[in-house]
Amino acid sequence: AIPVRSSRLPLLSDAMPAPAHLFPLIRNCEMSRICSTVCYCHHKHLCCLSSHFAHSHFRYAPQKKFAALYRPKENFNHFFHTRDYASTPQRFYLTPPQVNSILKANEYSFKVPEFDGKNVSSVLGFDSNQLPANAPIEDRRSAATCLQTRGMLLGVFDGHAGCACAQAVSERLFYYIAVSLLPHETLLEIENAVESGRALLPILQWHKHPNDYFSKEASKLYFNSLRTYWQELIDLNSGETTDVKEALINAFKRLDNDISLEAQVGDPNSFLNYLVLRVAFSGATACVAHVDGVDLHIANTGDSRAMLGVQEEDGSWSAVNLSYDHNAQNEHEVERVKMEHPKSEEKSLVKQDRLLGLLMPFRAFGDVKFKWSIELQKRVVESGPDQLNDNEYTKFIPPNYHTPPYLTAEPEVIYHKLRPQDKFLVLATDGLWETMHRQDVARIVGEYLTGVHHQQPIAVGGYKVTLGQMHGLLTERRARISSVFEDQNAATHLIRHAVGNNEFGTVDHERLSKMLSLPEELARMYRDDITIIVVQFNSHVIGACQNEAL
Amino acid sequence: AARMFLRLLSDVRWRVANPKWRRMTCSPRSTSSTAEPHPVSLPAQTQVVICGGGIMGTSVAYHLSKMGWKDIVLLEQGRLAAGTTRFCAGIVSTARHVSIELKMADYSNKLYQQLEQETGVKTGYMKTGSISLAQTQDRLISLKRIASSLNVMGIPCEIITPKQVAQLHPLINIHDLVGAMYVPEDALVSSANVSLALATAASRNGVQIHERTSVSHVSVQKGRVTGVETDRGQIQCQYFVNCAGQWAYELGHSGEEPVNIPLHACEHFYLLTHPLKEPLASNLPTIVDPDGRIYIRNWQGGILSGGFEKNPKPLFTEGRNQLEIQNLQEDWDHFEPLLSALLRRMPDLEALQIMQLVNCPESFTPDMRCIMGESPTVRGYFVLAGMNSAGISYGGGAGKYLAEWMVNGYPSENVWPLDLKRFGTLQSSRTFLRHRVMEVMPLMCDLKVPRWDFQTGRQLRTSPLYDRLDAQGARWMEKHGFERVKYFVPPGKDLLDLDQSKTFYKPDWFDIVGSEVKCCKEAVCVIDMSSFTKFEISSTGDQALESLQYLFSNDLDVPVGHVVHTGMLNEKGGYENDCSIARLSKRSFFMISPTDQQVHCWAWLKNRLPDDSNLTMEDVTWKYTALNLIGPRAVDVLSELSYAPITPEHFPSLFCKEMSVGYANGIRVMSITHTGEPGFMLYIPIEYALHVYNEVMNMGQKYGIRNAGYYALRSLRIEKFFAFWGQDLDAFTTPMECGREFQVKLEKGMEFVGQEALLEQKQDGVYKRFTMFILEDHDTDADLWPWWGEPIFRNGRYVGKTTSSAYSYTLERHVCLGFVQHFDEKTGEALVVTTDFINQGEYEIDIAGQRFQAKAKLYPFSSLFTHRRRKDEVELSGYQRE
Repeated sequence: AIPVRSSRLPLLSDAMPAPAHLFPLIRNCEMSRICSTVCYCHHKHLCCLSSHFAHSHFRYAPQKKFAALYRPKENFNHFFHTRDYASTPQRFYLTPPQVNSILKANEYSFKVPEFDGKNVSSVLGFDSNQLPANAPIEDRRSAATCLQTRGMLLGVFDGHAGCACAQAVSERLFYYIAVSLLPHETLLEIENAVESGRALLPILQWHKHPNDYFSKEASKLYFNSLRTYWQELIDLNSGETTDVKEALINAFKRLDNDISLEAQVGDPNSFLNYLVLRVAFSGATACVAHVDGVDLHIANTGDSRAMLGVQEEDGSWSAVNLSYDHNAQNEHEVERVKMEHPKSEEKSLVKQDRLLGLLMPFRAFGDVKFKWSIELQKRVVESGPDQLNDNEYTKFIPPNYHTPPYLTAEPEVIYHKLRPQDKFLVLATDGLWETMHRQDVARIVGEYLTGVHHQQPIAVGGYKVTLGQMHGLLTERRARISSVFEDQNAATHLIRHAVGNNEFGTVDHERLSKMLSLPEELARMYRDDITIIVVQFNSHVIGACQNEAL
Repeated sequence: AARMFLRLLSDVRWRVANPKWRRMTCSPRSTSSTAEPHPVSLPAQTQVVICGGGIMGTSVAYHLSKMGWKDIVLLEQGRLAAGTTRFCAGIVSTARHVSIELKMADYSNKLYQQLEQETGVKTGYMKTGSISLAQTQDRLISLKRIASSLNVMGIPCEIITPKQVAQLHPLINIHDLVGAMYVPEDALVSSANVSLALATAASRNGVQIHERTSVSHVSVQKGRVTGVETDRGQIQCQYFVNCAGQWAYELGHSGEEPVNIPLHACEHFYLLTHPLKEPLASNLPTIVDPDGRIYIRNWQGGILSGGFEKNPKPLFTEGRNQLEIQNLQEDWDHFEPLLSALLRRMPDLEALQIMQLVNCPESFTPDMRCIMGESPTVRGYFVLAGMNSAGISYGGGAGKYLAEWMVNGYPSENVWPLDLKRFGTLQSSRTFLRHRVMEVMPLMCDLKVPRWDFQTGRQLRTSPLYDRLDAQGARWMEKHGFERVKYFVPPGKDLLDLDQSKTFYKPDWFDIVGSEVKCCKEAVCVIDMSSFTKFEISSTGDQALESLQYLFSNDLDVPVGHVVHTGMLNEKGGYENDCSIARLSKRSFFMISPTDQQVHCWAWLKNRLPDDSNLTMEDVTWKYTALNLIGPRAVDVLSELSYAPITPEHFPSLFCKEMSVGYANGIRVMSITHTGEPGFMLYIPIEYALHVYNEVMNMGQKYGIRNAGYYALRSLRIEKFFAFWGQDLDAFTTPMECGREFQVKLEKGMEFVGQEALLEQKQDGVYKRFTMFILEDHDTDADLWPWWGEPIFRNGRYVGKTTSSAYSYTLERHVCLGFVQHFDEKTGEALVVTTDFINQGEYEIDIAGQRFQAKAKLYPFSSLFTHRRRKDEVELSGYQRE
């Protein structure tokens, strides 16, 4: 089921650079005409188009997905301002039901089951959804309950240069984390079961949307690597209780290491051999939450983001960041990278806000091009299958590549002790954060989850209000509410806002429809893949835990 | 008492004169300067205690005291008229669908009109008239039906055009209207002041009124009220009247012996505005826009407008201690659809300034009709509550009927549709009520079409065959919580959605029911009739027979194995119940009554059977599943399933035998079908139900058996001129008036309830006569269908109303049943109705203003229906089976 590159990709790679050559020749007005025939588009997205052109001088991009390496950013917005409504030719737009069916295609909800009418978990449940911009989508998501330890794992993974790495991480990372958290006895029990061919204790209970697939072909390979890992853990038995933070870091690093090793060793099965190489040569960021009672750990690698929604005493919503982006905007991160390499490379390390002028995230899984030595890369590519050898991207070595590795999968782990006012957690790939401020995210999700009733009620009091004024006010409030009611899923609701928000922060159906009507090839220029998980917390349980602690 | 009256009156006068009074009563804790706390102590003993000082309590007190009962104490927990009555919109409207409600509203209107003159208390009565608007043709039909009944009652009323609407009211946008109904005599009042006026008059007549006194519970001994506990001490009394409004349910449950009063409160909102620049005239008609779900009346130069939204907010589900009425919040977002409807109806109001959005809870009942009458379990415990937001319209009339009920033992009109005993404990689950009132409140404005079924609170009582029947395409209706089949939709056939199926014309199931009727006529059908109320009455000696002979009008001293159709009459000879009684043995009887008689009939018999431990009565409704095998081949099916001979010689009509059917033994088989068609009723112990049903269906295959529902049954019984209790028959109808003298043992020299009245009628003749009408020039496909309540005209003069109707597939005509009266042309006095009077008239039935010629008949067309008749099996009687 793993998507294989189609034969039309070389065609695209020929086509892509063309606009770059034309670019200086096209005057602004012509450009706007071209764009307007494509769609009405917000300036932010226009600039993503322009930035795309601006950077497409990298001939090495063999497929448009490589564009994911070049993240469009807000600061390129000086090209076009004209919004040409008049010249927009009449075209077919999606009706609201069609829009909804697109938005809801990938939505998934999980409610933590109740026992004796009570949910004793600190998590009420979660909503998740994703909206593709790439075809196929390069984002992945995972959610699972740990069965041998307590707690729940949730994560979003943003792939680049293909989806292979994100796919592999989404399948494997939670097993690595769960194993890292297991006590020694359980590890022994599992190993003995495998040894004697008995049934294994289930480690994770997955909560998957039907579209979230697992690769059958690689499961044996993945299992063997995992088994090696727990055997090492058994041998290492430190006797100490497992620290969650440490477990998360170890799991991330170990998985990345396994991905790298598997690609170096290869596999006799040619399909698998090609798969492990694609996994290693593509990349993925990961943002993972581990919730156990009031203990919340966020492990983040890359530029996806975790955000906590907090309800203030007055009922309003605020956002608390639970992760730091690993990119050029993060000074500490730039500092860290510079520390790890000789002073001579200081200038070439970060260029145009990218690692070695190429990569947006400063930490990632896979991406062996930024980790392996040049020799290793050449050896693997040459001995690899023909498809790999024909691929310009894999053969291309980043410029100024002197002291690898330049990239790590080691996560930054943040611990937060949940309080009753912490109502929900949003994990999302940068596709969301590019378009929405976290404060708006907190407000929209908060209002959605608490329902309409928390919209501040109107009271006339002693004010002079006419029936007409009141009617206008109520109609406007109603419009806001109805957009909430359209969605049964908080993540879907957020995506609707992310894609369809107008200048006033309300969903504009026409705009939403246009954005979703974009043909596959163009969609990526206007938006990125968006993946969102919204975890809702159980304030009663959290409050009770807090009281117990007191 | 005199001092009390003076204090109260001065208090009332002071309040009315003082403009601050409005605010004073809103906060019950503020004390007025004149009303020192509890100047008069409670009496130790009284005849009647009324709980609740709203419009209902004061109206009951007023009418009781007028009828001569003086020893009455009225207790109010806060201040008089400070509950829902205080917030009521004050619209007195006679435009009602149910005729008893219409009569109550008409009486209230006339009472309020002269109340100010009678009591000296200003009631704010203003005859403004009301206009009900129609945005659709269906709505106009609905209004025309009301107009027809108002007109024959002598209440002025006309259907007017949109242009006429504009002339009557300057602000109305008429562009989307198709017509309207104008009732010029409808009025506005200040409801709190009406209540105070009634209290003033009552206290003048000797009623003691105590405010700030709460009833904590009602004491009961041996099934009778003995007194009340209040927060200020005890009062002994013989009668207790629960007029506690939305607290009536809780109060009913506070005693040792719970009284179920199924009602539930919903929030209700209306808007008050400041006056218009040019203040509205105070005599401007009230506007009701049911399609916009709103009403609009003038209020102090501005308007008062509220409505019944689609998504009501029920409250107080868990009782009163959560929220006080005074603290309810305005909810503008909730009001938005109604505000939009208001501005659409009167666009010029845009600039009008808001004064307040009032949130006043109203109580609603499971069937949108109010609740009155005596508790079936506690004698002397009366109830008047659950007004479904029409308290001020019904207040006067309802109070009058209840007072008559208490004083005379029965009211002067048939109030069965409002009787508390139509409900049982099964309607008093809070969850049921909460869900049901959420459906009922929007219904206030929904189109009232024939054959409408509630959608909430369903599948409560079901037959053991429910799933089997459902899987075969059954469509269900509900009676007294019991699911009953309307008809079976054949595989591959689809009916309209619920909303689209609403019609005043030919319904979509017409052909389906037609084929079920055909099968009943030509082959055999099975109808599950398990919902019927079934009692067993037995004794060690002759007590059962003796008691039943006294309580029932027909002769029950028949050989064992006979079935008797008989009425259970009241002293006036009217039908309290109409039932079939099988004599199982010398000393035991099996009694089958209509479904909704379960509570009423039980209470009636319990109160009248001698208190004798040797005489037992048991409700066995739940123990038996009843299958009705209707049709000429029923005898063949049953013969094959049991080896007992069931040919007419061995099993004549109106017989009951216990026999085996298939493997199951002990099935009570009766040769009755409740339709006049040949066939059998099988009373099957429930554990055998599925077995017997399967056997019957398998064996019946070769005789063309199929399932049928109540709509087929209804068509069959109406074309056979069978009357239904609860629809055609009521406590004001005697056997003489519906041609059933043969069901009465007048000549046997035995005494029974109602005998005197019947003997009198036999001598003097009857004043109304049950008659069958066959519509002549009615086009089933194109014309409006009759329902019930249509006026009947004889030689152009109004003579009565229909009580039920159905399409007869045999006659290919509509058949209406109804009562014909004879009013003197000059004086309007009711005269004796003779057979000649019936036979010598030209009749017309008025359906929503359109008159159709009808042929009157006093006897059914028996010859038309004979297929394979046996010589004596004509079931000469008919009786209610809705």
